[in-house]
Amino acid sequence: MSTIQPNIEQPVSEEMQLVRRAKRGDDHAFEELVRRYDRNVFRIAQHITQNREDAEDVVQEAFLKAYSNLEKFQEQSKFYTWLVRIAVNEALMKLRRRKPERTVSLDEEVKTEDDSLPREVADWSPNPEQNYNQAELRDILTRTIQGLPPGFRTVFVLRDVEGLSTEETADALELSIPAVKSRLLRARLQLRERLNRFFQKKGNGNGNADGDESSGDGNQ
Amino acid sequence: MKCSEFLNELTNYLDGVLDARTKSELDDHLAWCHNCYVVCDTTRKTIEIYRDSELYELPDDLRTRLRSAIMSKCTASKKSQPPGS
Repeated sequence: MSTIQPNIEQPVSEEMQLVRRAKRGDDHAFEELVRRYDRNVFRIAQHITQNREDAEDVVQEAFLKAYSNLEKFQEQSKFYTWLVRIAVNEALMKLRRRKPERTVSLDEEVKTEDDSLPREVADWSPNPEQNYNQAELRDILTRTIQGLPPGFRTVFVLRDVEGLSTEETADALELSIPAVKSRLLRARLQLRERLNRFFQKKGNGNGNADGDESSGDGNQ
Repeated sequence: MKCSEFLNELTNYLDGVLDARTKSELDDHLAWCHNCYVVCDTTRKTIEIYRDSELYELPDDLRTRLRSAIMSKCTASKKSQPPGS
């Protein structure tokens, strides 16, 4: 079975050259860093806050903080990882403000063992996402990931959507590597379980005689 | 290998970071355990679907507006601070 590989590989030296130019006061270099990472920061922010206005604020505040604190960036990690750490903190603050009744923390207690063991093992249709149009699929994926606790959601987004390595994710979230792995496993399994009802094969084992899989199971 | 042991290693398995011996044990388990095979396969699909989904793409007009706002705030913050502070 094929493995999942991170999809972002930034040339560190080029990034660091921009950072050093920006540190010397070259705003064009900083703008290039904004251009390079604004889409990523926006996606991360919107995944965490689940709110477009908040995500826009987070993008602005994260870059402004990065700009103001650039001197403090020690260059021991990628600039992007440092920026993500700032953005995640800003996004969690927004979320806390919006949902003060709920504890929003990356350190929330994670139960082990049973909570993430698959309850339902149903195979999916081949390319199940193709049973839905783009808007339906977007809605399914958004609602499904919204149901995850913020700590799980954040790890999943950084690791699996943005393609940070486990080490970079741990660094950005100030979590241990085992904690990242544990949250990632649970996030992946919970998402899979929640997607079952949309993507599982219809009529498992009933031998659909006409073999037509496109009949009407894409409208919910 | 028990299914629970397989699941504990699922993330490492999907990420391709296991040593050859552990990977081979997991492959053996997958060869006969249909449930774990399905969980593994659908988890991999879950990741791929989210990765390819392009949820929350930043529209070009908003992107331009945000970048311009960021850069003017940055410039303003520099002017409000004495050099070297």
